Amino acid sequence: MSPKSVLLWTMQAATFWLVLFVPQLVVFLLVSRPPTWELALLIATGVVGVLHTAIEPSWRYRVHRWETTPDAVYTLSGWLNQEWRVAPVSRIQTIDTKRGPFQQMLGLSTVTVTTASAAGPVEIEGLAHEVAQRLVVELTNTTQATPGDAT
Amino acid sequence: MTAEVPSGLPAAPEFTEPLQEWHRLHVRMLVVRPLNEGIAMLVPILVLLFTGNGEKWRLIASGATVAAILAFSYLIWRTTKYRITDEQVELHTGLLTRKQLAVPRDRIRTVDLTSKPGHRIFGLSAVRIGTGQQDVPGTDGLTLDAVTQQEAERLRLLLLQKGVTPRAAAAEGSPEQPAPLPESEVISQLDLKWLKYAPLSLSGLVAIGALFGVLSNYADDLGLHPVQDLWEWLFENPSLALFAGFLVVLAVAGLILSVPLYVLQFWNYRLTREPDGTVRVQRGLLTTRSVSVEEQRLRGVDVQEPLLVRAGKGAKLAAVTTGLGSKGESNLLLPPAPLSVAHQVSRDVLKVGNDPTTLRLRKHPFAALRRSMVRHTLPWIVIAVGLALFAPSWAWPIPVAVLPFAALVGWDNYRSLGNALDERYLVTRNNSLVRSTVALQRTGIIGWRIQRSFFQRRSGLMTIGATTAAGAGIYHVTDVGESHGLALADEAVPELLRPFLIDTGKSTED
Repeated sequence: MSPKSVLLWTMQAATFWLVLFVPQLVVFLLVSRPPTWELALLIATGVVGVLHTAIEPSWRYRVHRWETTPDAVYTLSGWLNQEWRVAPVSRIQTIDTKRGPFQQMLGLSTVTVTTASAAGPVEIEGLAHEVAQRLVVELTNTTQATPGDAT
Repeated sequence: MTAEVPSGLPAAPEFTEPLQEWHRLHVRMLVVRPLNEGIAMLVPILVLLFTGNGEKWRLIASGATVAAILAFSYLIWRTTKYRITDEQVELHTGLLTRKQLAVPRDRIRTVDLTSKPGHRIFGLSAVRIGTGQQDVPGTDGLTLDAVTQQEAERLRLLLLQKGVTPRAAAAEGSPEQPAPLPESEVISQLDLKWLKYAPLSLSGLVAIGALFGVLSNYADDLGLHPVQDLWEWLFENPSLALFAGFLVVLAVAGLILSVPLYVLQFWNYRLTREPDGTVRVQRGLLTTRSVSVEEQRLRGVDVQEPLLVRAGKGAKLAAVTTGLGSKGESNLLLPPAPLSVAHQVSRDVLKVGNDPTTLRLRKHPFAALRRSMVRHTLPWIVIAVGLALFAPSWAWPIPVAVLPFAALVGWDNYRSLGNALDERYLVTRNNSLVRSTVALQRTGIIGWRIQRSFFQRRSGLMTIGATTAAGAGIYHVTDVGESHGLALADEAVPELLRPFLIDTGKSTED
């Protein structure tokens, strides 16, 4: 997992909280005599936002793990709530790569491995672009070598 | 056996086989579709016709509606065609958006024949073909709506038959049928004694709710607002007796209605094992339904016990399989019936000596009870506090009154939790209001999702989800102790988790 992921998550969290905070601030400044609860909400949003943006990315980075073996793909993700996902290579249906706008800026990719189950996609986030491409090729090759319809 | 391609060899080039010709849906659908779909429009049309003083525009508008329905069903019929080649079933449909669906025949897992009353009058049946793919909610898969009942029956046999040369069987219009098939074996059929579970399933209340929704819709169309009027009247004259009376009437009506509903849905219920390797459920009084599931693709069963049915020692049984739509309980194997019957059916369907859902389940740790209680009672406490602070004083006792029941449900929910493993099945039990005991074939598990929330990690619990292509897609073993849970997952699918277990052990320690 690329250390740049911390930056990515920080940008994502900051964006989220700014979207919540800025409109409140605008309203607060424009209204002539704002009620106290509006001020309280504004401060609360600010404090929680700063704390979350400061803590979550590095915590998440410490938790996140991924690994592939010839038999399986494995991820551990989350921060407060954590989740392990394991999918056997023999049951892989599709392998996708996607890059959001922030990820493109940082040269990162997410590789999504889906199985026949609607509940089981395994997402490997925050890979450096070359690593992601190599992984996709590698997984595609091992998947193609496995017979059967993977259900 | 010429056209059957053994797996592993490259498929024969497609163009060497002449393709079978295209078929249209049956022409009687021109009448049946307006009948089935027009019934919903009937009331608005009648309202439109008879509410005014016979003005001309009302006549024209209702005439235009009828004409539009007819034209629409004609266009659907005109633009829909299907064919069955040696390799796949193809369906072309759609007027503005042309859709071309193709399903490889060796991927067909289920065939669902449904005849609504309109279909039955004209001897037709809709054929829904399910594959191993999980259904996207809201889509209908590949459905031929509709063909004659004989054609539907022929398609069912044809599409699920694996041993017969597809070409010979597919030869359209040829009188020769596949060699006389051995008799199908009856696993279970409707016993009128099961009717006592009808009131317990609360289906009557659900039906009243649905009926109420439809009626108030029509009332709205007429410009009446009975519900709103009733509410306003109630607010002006609050009366406990009236409220209690209303509840009693509702309960009695629900009880009475549930029996005909049970009959309507499950009349002629028969569960059979067909000679072509499928399990087939037939049922229904007005709308008849026949669902065939390829036996090899049956990944397990789900014994469902809604609270009251469970109190009456009953259960219903559902199949865990791929290729069934979510509409109208298509995965149902057994309607509400005695629990012993459910276990016996489960045994017969799965072809095992002992029903895996009767295995002794391992209890989950005490911390799971704490979590269950908190999860069930905390929302009500929060609501009560919120109401006490911000609402009129009569409001907060309501959630407080609910609290004991919530606690009971929480306790019962914990009692339900359990898991077991035998040579072939992973068994897990969840929930209280509709207790569900799922036996999932271990070979059908295609991955794990292991969740540990913040509070779960503090109490050393985890929720293990076994992902599968069948049924709900994932089945959970909720709030199991960490070491036992991982051991269970490792044992259920031996090679999968092992390489990571040592690894995860390390990473959680540091």
